[in-house]
Parts: sequence; C-alpha cells; structure tokens
Amino acid sequence: MAWAKHGKFNTWVGTGAPWVWLSAGAVSISLVMVFGLLALIAVKGMSYFWPHDVVEMDYREAGAVTQLIGEIHGSEEVSAERLRSAGMTLPSHEHMVTRYLLKMGNRDLGGGDFRSIIEPEVAARRYPEALVAVERREWGNLYGYLRAVKENGVVVAEGEAAWDELQRRLERVQDLVAQIRRIEKGEIGGINYKLERLRLDERGLELKGRLDAAARADLESERAIQQQRYEGLQQQSSDLYQQLRRDTYTVEVADGQQRDFPLAKVVQIYRPNAMSVLDKTQYYFAKLWEFVSDEPREANTEGGIFPAIFGTVMMVIIMSVFVTPFGVVAAVYLREYARQGPLTRLIRIAVNNLAGVPSIVYGVFGLGFFVYFLGGNLDQLFYPEALPSPTFGTPGILWASLTLAILTLPVVIVATEEGLARVPRSVREGSLALGATKAETLWRVVLPMASPALMTGLILAVARAAGEVAPLMLVGVVKLAPSLPLDGDAPFLHLDRKFMHLGFHIFDVGFQSPNVEAARPLVYATAFLLVVVILVLNLAAVAIRNRLREKYRTLES
Amino acid sequence: MPMNDKAPRTHAVDMNALGRGRARLRLADEQLALEVKNLDLYYGEKQALKGVNMVIPRNRVTAFIGPSGCGKSTLLRCFNRMNDLVEICRVEGEILLDGNNIYAKGGNVVELRRRVGMVFQKPNPFPKSIYENVAYGLRLQGKRDRRLMDETVERALRGSALWDEVKDRLHDSALGLSGGQQQRLVIARAIAVEPEVLLLDEPASALDPISTLKLEELIYELKDRYTIVIVTHNMQQAARVSDYTAFMYIGQLVEYADTDTLFTNPQKKQTEDYITGRYG
Repeated sequence: MAWAKHGKFNTWVGTGAPWVWLSAGAVSISLVMVFGLLALIAVKGMSYFWPHDVVEMDYREAGAVTQLIGEIHGSEEVSAERLRSAGMTLPSHEHMVTRYLLKMGNRDLGGGDFRSIIEPEVAARRYPEALVAVERREWGNLYGYLRAVKENGVVVAEGEAAWDELQRRLERVQDLVAQIRRIEKGEIGGINYKLERLRLDERGLELKGRLDAAARADLESERAIQQQRYEGLQQQSSDLYQQLRRDTYTVEVADGQQRDFPLAKVVQIYRPNAMSVLDKTQYYFAKLWEFVSDEPREANTEGGIFPAIFGTVMMVIIMSVFVTPFGVVAAVYLREYARQGPLTRLIRIAVNNLAGVPSIVYGVFGLGFFVYFLGGNLDQLFYPEALPSPTFGTPGILWASLTLAILTLPVVIVATEEGLARVPRSVREGSLALGATKAETLWRVVLPMASPALMTGLILAVARAAGEVAPLMLVGVVKLAPSLPLDGDAPFLHLDRKFMHLGFHIFDVGFQSPNVEAARPLVYATAFLLVVVILVLNLAAVAIRNRLREKYRTLES
Repeated sequence: MPMNDKAPRTHAVDMNALGRGRARLRLADEQLALEVKNLDLYYGEKQALKGVNMVIPRNRVTAFIGPSGCGKSTLLRCFNRMNDLVEICRVEGEILLDGNNIYAKGGNVVELRRRVGMVFQKPNPFPKSIYENVAYGLRLQGKRDRRLMDETVERALRGSALWDEVKDRLHDSALGLSGGQQQRLVIARAIAVEPEVLLLDEPASALDPISTLKLEELIYELKDRYTIVIVTHNMQQAARVSDYTAFMYIGQLVEYADTDTLFTNPQKKQTEDYITGRYG
C-alpha cells in the first residue's frame, strides 16, 4: 500500500501539478499583499474625512470629576498592570482596560490636542446635539457649546438663534477671506514679482554699464506705478481685515467657562451629533475635495495637499520630457550605429548597473553637478544681476527632474533597445531598397515601430520616479513651497522654483510634524493619493502604449 | 516532377504546355540594362560569387534559378547594393548600369536604389496606411504636392493591379491586406518611384497559388515598362514568366540563355540535371 501511495505521489509530481499550485500560491500571496496594503491605506486614509461624533463625558480624575469634550480617535486594550505601575489607581478586579485616545481640540486654551483616557474612569457619556465643532485656521479644532454671536463686542444673537446667525455671518467672513486672499496672493504677489524683476533689470543694466539717467527714470516711473498700485491694494486689504475683525462668537468650552473667538479664523462650523448620514456624506466629500484641491495649513497637518500633487505630476512630466529623447538617442546609437564589440558590451553593462545605484547617490550627484556646478555657472552667465542670491544655483524643480531623468535613463535605454531589436530586418530593408538612408529609415519606420517599447520603458521610469523621495530632498523638494512652479506671472513656467512632492509630504507629515497624532491619518491619506497619482500617470502611459501597439503592430507571427 | 534517376531525358517543364508561343529571343539583339563584369563576392573568407559575367536585357524578365545557397539572391542583391548592409561582405568586379559602374567610388547608393527597386521574399509593408506605403518613396524625395502624390499613388496601385481592391480604403492600415495584396502593394511601392530595374527576390514564395498567379500576370504586364530580374525556386514559374534564364550553381553562373533554349536544350550537364529534377 505504501508503495502504491508513493507511486501515486511520484506520478502527481511528474505531472507538474505541484509547480502549478506553487506558482499559483505565490501569485495569490502577492496579490493579497498588494491589495491588502492598498485597502489598509485607503481605509485608514479615507476614513479621516468622515465627521466623528463629539462626545461629552464626565471623567474621574485625581478624586474629582471633570468634564471632557472631544472626538474619540482610537482605542486599545492595555493591561491594568502596566497602568498601575505607571501610578494609576484601578479597581483590583480589572486585568485589561480599554484606553481611548480623545481629541480634545482647544489647543489655544490648554496644552495638547490629544489625551488618553481609560474606560473605568468614565462616569458618563453624552452626545448632545448642541455640541459644535469648529474648524479653524489657527490652533486646530474647537469643541463646545455655542452661546452667542457678537458684532463689535455687542451680542446680536443668543441661544438657538445664534447658530443661524453664525452661519450667515460665516458666509460673509468666507467671502471676505477669499477677497483678501485674491488681493494678497494674486495681485500683491504679482506686484512683488514685478518689483523684483525691476530690481533685477536695474541691477542688470548697472552691471552692463548701461544704467543711464533715462533708463533709471523709466525704471523709477514703472516702480512708482507698481508702488502706487501696491499701496491701493494694501489699503483695500487692510479695510477688508478691519471688516473681518468685526464679528466674534462665544463658546462655552468643557470646563464651563465662556470664551470669545474671532469668526475670522473659522473655516467651518458644524454640529456632528446632529448631522444625518446624508449631511455627513456631504461633509465627507467636501473635506475630500478640500484635501485634493487646497493648500496645506498649520504646518501641513490641516487643509489640502494640492501643491504636492501638482509638484509631483509636474516633476514627472518634466522628467519624461528629458529622459525620452536622451534614452532614445542613446539606445539608437548603441543598437543601430555603434560597432558591436567589447566597448558597447561594457557600455551596456554600465548602463544596466546604473539602474541599481541607490537613489540617494543620484541625489548627491544632482546636488553637486546640477545645482552647484551647472546652476552656479548658469547664474554667473545669465543671472548676474540676482547674485549673490542664486537663481538656478539652488535646488529647484528643473534639477530634481534632471536628477530623476538620470536615475531612470537606464530603464528607458534598455526598453528602447529591445524595441529596436524587435523591428524586423525585412521592414528596414524595404525602406532602404526604396532609396532611404539609414537615418530616414530609422526616423520614418524603425522608431515608430519601436515606440510601444519606448513607452513601456517610460511607464517603468514614471513609476519609479514618482515614488522617489530620497534624492529629491537634496535637489529641490521642500516642506512648503510659497508658489507653484506654474503660474500666471511671465514666463509662467518657473523651473528654478522649489516644489512640494507627495512622497516628501508623507515623510514630513509623518515624522517632522509638531502634532503627530493629528497628522497620522493624513499620512495614510497622502500615501493613498500618491498611489492614485502614480496609477493615473501609469494608466495614461499604458493607454498611449496600447494605441501605439495597435498602430505599429509588426507582421511577425 | 519526376525524380527517377533512370528516367529517360525528359524535361521538367513542358514549354508547349505553358502555351507561350512567342518569338525566338536572342541576347545579342537586346538593349542592355545591366552588365556584370568579373564579379566576385566574399562573405569574410568565404567566396559566394565567383567570376560572374552576364548582361541583363532591358524591358525583359530575367530569371535566376539554381539550388539553395547557389548565390542567386546574393547576385540579385548586388544590383542595388543591398549587400552593403552586411558588414563582412566584400565585392570585387563591376556592375554597369547604363554604362556606369555602380560600385565606383563615390557612387550614390540612395540614387542607385531609387533607380533599381526591390521586392522581397516576404511581404514587408510598413505599418502605415496603404496610401502612405506607396507614397513613402516620394516623401523620401521631398515631394509634397498633394495632387501629384494622389496621382502617383493611383498610377502605382493600378500598375500593380491592386487599385480596384483598395481604392475605397486607401487610408486603412496596410497590415490588414492579405499576403498577396501586400506583395502587390510592395510592388506598387517600388514602382511609385519610377525605377528602371525591378528586382524580385522569390516574390511568390510566401503566397498561395491564386495570389502567385496574379503576381505572375502582373510581372508579365510590368515588363513593358521595367527591366525585371526575378529569383525563384520554382522552375515552372521561371519558365512561365521569364524571357531569359540564368542557372547558377555554387556561386558560379553555369548557363545563361533565353528561357526556351535553357529549358528545352540546355548545353551543360549541371543545368540539365537540375531542370530534369535530378537534384535541387
């Protein structure tokens, strides 16, 4: 019997079935891991925008009962032993206790945003509908009961009426804030940019020795015009600020005291406990939209991440613009023109090895070569008027893109070479026999036919570049960039500017943030968004490749 | 084809059965398109063509036959210098096109290939539209005039007997055509640039019988305007389409005569063995 079984097993192995099972198993595990990871990031990140209920609880602490208001942001089981040894007194029958993380908000009133509370000490829990949560531009959230709305210190609405009055006045405030923002960021920003250009023009003329009285007068009059416009706008905005400061609202916070807060700093105010599921869904999508379309606030822990998305996409596009022609030219030379021999073999090995160099090394190279050497010399040659402050001799999006272009060059070269090798000889000969030169054949027939392979290389390059962080920290990424690399001020595309990047944003929010607990869900959300951005970039490239494939599919069977 | 060694002297191709019934041709009466003088060709150390001397008459179809590896394709590819693409290939001797040596120093290969068109064994249309395939040669010459281009494309497609089949889908991909259509498209592409000589390298070897028949009819029509040189494995095909036939064997031109003579009354033993099917 044993022999028969053994024989059966051997036959089973002989059919190759175990290997099929093994491979299928490995593939399944990989898939489960990938989708599990994505799901984890998505759930953790996306749930952040759902409005939490605000709880009011009576909490026993040091023999007294205090009132706490806040959002519960997580819970964990902790052994009672550990808490006792930390100096807490707990009933002796407890072995495991639940510990909550309560987001208290009100950072301007008392210390930290978060505090831990343990279940046994909670005397009572309530979810009163009247509790409001206020999202503010400064100091984080505020929780409490709305008591009154004041105009210039005089109460205009109290009690239940205060809520509606507040919503009305909030609209006005948001309108004012938008106006101020437009003036400050848009128009005054533009004037500052022009004034800076004028200063540079003047300095440039001076360096060339052509700054005569006429030129000086021209510059001076132009400057006077801008200055006048600036003063007008300044006046406008200070008026607006004046109006903005008119309203305040009174909130009774957890310990019963009432405080006045300026309405000017409010982003939105809502009563989470009174919201229906529909309201919450609406709120959720509004928050989500804010996240992808707005600028960050409060050291990147609030608001949106639009500049980071924009910077990431922009950098990848600029990188593609550089890496494609270089990669194609290099591959064409290696495959089509260079005499195949030990030297080309050596070059190929070198190119392949370049792909394995740690990315931070590219960062160091980019800093040394692009930023200091190339940028420094460019400044000397073309921007002497701005010196000693550097124009291109400082990290910026151009250098970051170029560094990543070098980093991804090997991938593009290898993929393009393979594509060129696959173009059948017969088609090349067909073109040559019609009197085409080698270059014409390459340009008109061979390269189009190799373009799907080139796109494959570019897809791999984009996937790698968009997720790279380490080298970027050296060559142009910053925590907070004051302006986008593409805007309305001529020449519109500012390659010398520093930029924000999703990958670095994750690092910054996760590790450099003053408020780690508040920022943690943002890390997940940003990570999820980074994956989505890379996915979208890849899908775009895949779509282009498939079109090219269809167009240039070869005759080879 | 009878393969019996002991068979009496019969001919593989019955010339009367082919119904050619044409006037007797003599090489001496012909105008010459190409002249090959003492041509030697080496692939590295190996000599592939040995002292070939021959003339190709104008506006006639000349066929090269011979067993595989005898050098007939190599000789054909000398006429438009396609062998230049093989790095280790070296050519000695002369080939005269209208009296000028195409292997002379400073010769213009691009110009030569415009004058001597070529069609390959496997159809090799470019992955472009039918129209663009035919217009390719013209575009290379920098021609832009749309009307002229349309006319030339139509003329070339009519010339290769493809016009009626593709006139409604000129801008569809050429890769959607059948093998036989593709081969005729490639011929249209070649004749669009008005060459003097058309080289056909086993043009029917990848085609089905009906497409082959169409192609042969086309060759017969084309010889009014072009000098055609065709390499073929198929002796019947050579007998059907050609006016002159050259038999090659291991790099040498064994026998060269008008087709009727070569197939009915070969002078050399090797030729006779080959055409009676004793080998090859």
